[in-house]
Amino acid sequence: MSDIHIDSAVLAALQDVMEDEYPVLLDTFLVDSEERLLLLRQAQQEADAQNLRLAAHSFKGSCSNMGANMLAGLCKQLEEVGQREQLDLAAELIEQVEREFAIVRILFKSERQRYRH
Amino acid sequence: MIERLSILIVEDNAADRMLLSAIVSRQGHRALTASNGLEAVALFDRERPHLVLMDALMPVMDGFEAARRIKQAAGEALVPIIFLTSLTEGEALVRCLEAGGDDFLAKPYNRVILEAKINAMDRLRRLQETVLQQRDLIGQHNEYLLNEQRVAKAVFDKVAHSGCLDAPNIRYVQSPFAVFNGDLLLAAYKPSGGMHVLLGDFTGHGLPAAIGAMPLAEVFYGMTAKGYSLTDVLREVNAKLRHILPRGVFCCATLLNVSFQRQAVEVWNGGLPNGYLLRVNGERVPLVSRHLPLGVLEPAAFNDACEVYPVSLGDRVFLFSDGVLEAGNKQAQLFGEQRLLSVFADNQKPQALFDEIQQALLQFSGDQQDDVSLLEVSLVEDGQVKRPPLTFSDNGHNHLLDWSATFEFRGETLRYFNPLPFLLHLLLEVQGLRPQGAALFTVLAELYSNALEHGVLGLESSLKANAEGFADYYRQRSDRLAHLTDGFVRFHLRLLPEGGGGRLRLRVEDSGAGFDPQLLLPQPDDALRLSGRGLALVRQLSERCQWGDGEPGVCVEFSWKAGA
Repeated sequence: MSDIHIDSAVLAALQDVMEDEYPVLLDTFLVDSEERLLLLRQAQQEADAQNLRLAAHSFKGSCSNMGANMLAGLCKQLEEVGQREQLDLAAELIEQVEREFAIVRILFKSERQRYRH
Repeated sequence: MIERLSILIVEDNAADRMLLSAIVSRQGHRALTASNGLEAVALFDRERPHLVLMDALMPVMDGFEAARRIKQAAGEALVPIIFLTSLTEGEALVRCLEAGGDDFLAKPYNRVILEAKINAMDRLRRLQETVLQQRDLIGQHNEYLLNEQRVAKAVFDKVAHSGCLDAPNIRYVQSPFAVFNGDLLLAAYKPSGGMHVLLGDFTGHGLPAAIGAMPLAEVFYGMTAKGYSLTDVLREVNAKLRHILPRGVFCCATLLNVSFQRQAVEVWNGGLPNGYLLRVNGERVPLVSRHLPLGVLEPAAFNDACEVYPVSLGDRVFLFSDGVLEAGNKQAQLFGEQRLLSVFADNQKPQALFDEIQQALLQFSGDQQDDVSLLEVSLVEDGQVKRPPLTFSDNGHNHLLDWSATFEFRGETLRYFNPLPFLLHLLLEVQGLRPQGAALFTVLAELYSNALEHGVLGLESSLKANAEGFADYYRQRSDRLAHLTDGFVRFHLRLLPEGGGGRLRLRVEDSGAGFDPQLLLPQPDDALRLSGRGLALVRQLSERCQWGDGEPGVCVEFSWKAGA
């Protein structure tokens, strides 16, 4: 697994804490993240800097808990964009977030597969 | 091992909520979850969790508002709130604290740190719980204590204030709660006229200081009413206090026996500050402590020696508790005896002195002191002091009308035994005599002291013609009494029914050279004052008074009519 995208030490710790619930946690994160992405898109289209900031902040928090460090870093930039109301930079950043999330999703899906066996 | 807590997790992010829930459960606690502030407040009201983990930014109701509402609902109990936040700006952290947050936990969550914070917060929570329990307990104890004091004070007031502190010749100042400072002020009429006065100061404060006051007052009033002398009262009080009080608790006290008829004051001071006898002519005699306080010495070692001072109309005795000399001011100085004496020295109008002492104290210390007791007793004409009738506690059905008896008290008995209370008790079993009880006792007391002092002890009443002689007289009296082996005093009592009422014939004789009728003749005022006044009184108070008609001694009679 690529440690740039996902911190394997964090995953090991999560597995330890969650035990049997570990795959459920991974699923929950993925479902929840799809929702955050929608909210980000919506805020950008409505040019709502405050909601953009809140959605990015919340997403950042869960990414950091799941060890998705690069994704968390992108969310942090997006949060700052929302805070500074630099909406012109938002579209480009959201695209980067989506690309990174696509990678994270593949990695988590395979982690889920691995765990099942 | 930490007890199992119920912990409310408030987090809008499902994955984070799940993760926290798992961490908390694995630590052995019960996890409750809410996904926004409104749900959290509702869940808190329902479940009353011990601790809250609260996300700051959430939809519907954010963590700040939810924290405020939860803190309000929790009331005095401490429900710690740990804010879950990746907020880093100082301003946001301040908002968390202002909303009632107690700590922070940053994302990503660290299991070990979370556990440590939960434990730390639980310690605080329990500390607060203990503080509240102890506060309530202290409150209960205090309420209990105040109630006990109210009851004790009510009982004490009944016992202690049954005396004659309201007599016209007494002025006093005392805090209504003085008994809880150990201060005690008692005054009682003697059946023979005159009064016993006591100013006492128990060691300690609160109930322990008050507890000894009850038996002391009982003994003081009971024995005084039955006609016991001051030394009898002193011995009994000392023995009783010594017996019942724990070691280290005792009573500093000054006792006075004020005789209006004999115009003398007997003083016993054990451990109180100097009192003062202030004569009309301005002379000031200190009444010094010469004894250990009451309740210290064993009965056999106790010294009941009193000092006797002749007094005249208008002379006054002042007594003070420790609190007077020890009244402090803001500079932590004490009022002290010098200041007290200069108030005496500066006094112009005698009647104002008592107020001047109070004012000087007030000016010095700036406020009323609780443990200041102050007493003034004046010597007045006998008739000015109105005595209440004697009270009896029997059923009123005694009809002892027809009997006679003779008592002879000899040498050694006279040294230790005062027969008067015994005789009075016997005579007052006769209901018809009760209204005249005070006169009867006065006459009995005068005849007895005449028989004892002049007859048995052979003292010269002419000695009492001046103040030095007066002191000498009482010194000789106690010396001779202490070595008495011979002699006697006889009381012949005879009761006769008479027309529905009755008559008492009482004859007192002694082993001495015989009764000197000269003493009963009218005498100039001076002589009257210091010597024969008592026998003049006997003549005045009894119905008939005879001597020298074939029978030895003096014979007096009292009679009463039917229905009296």
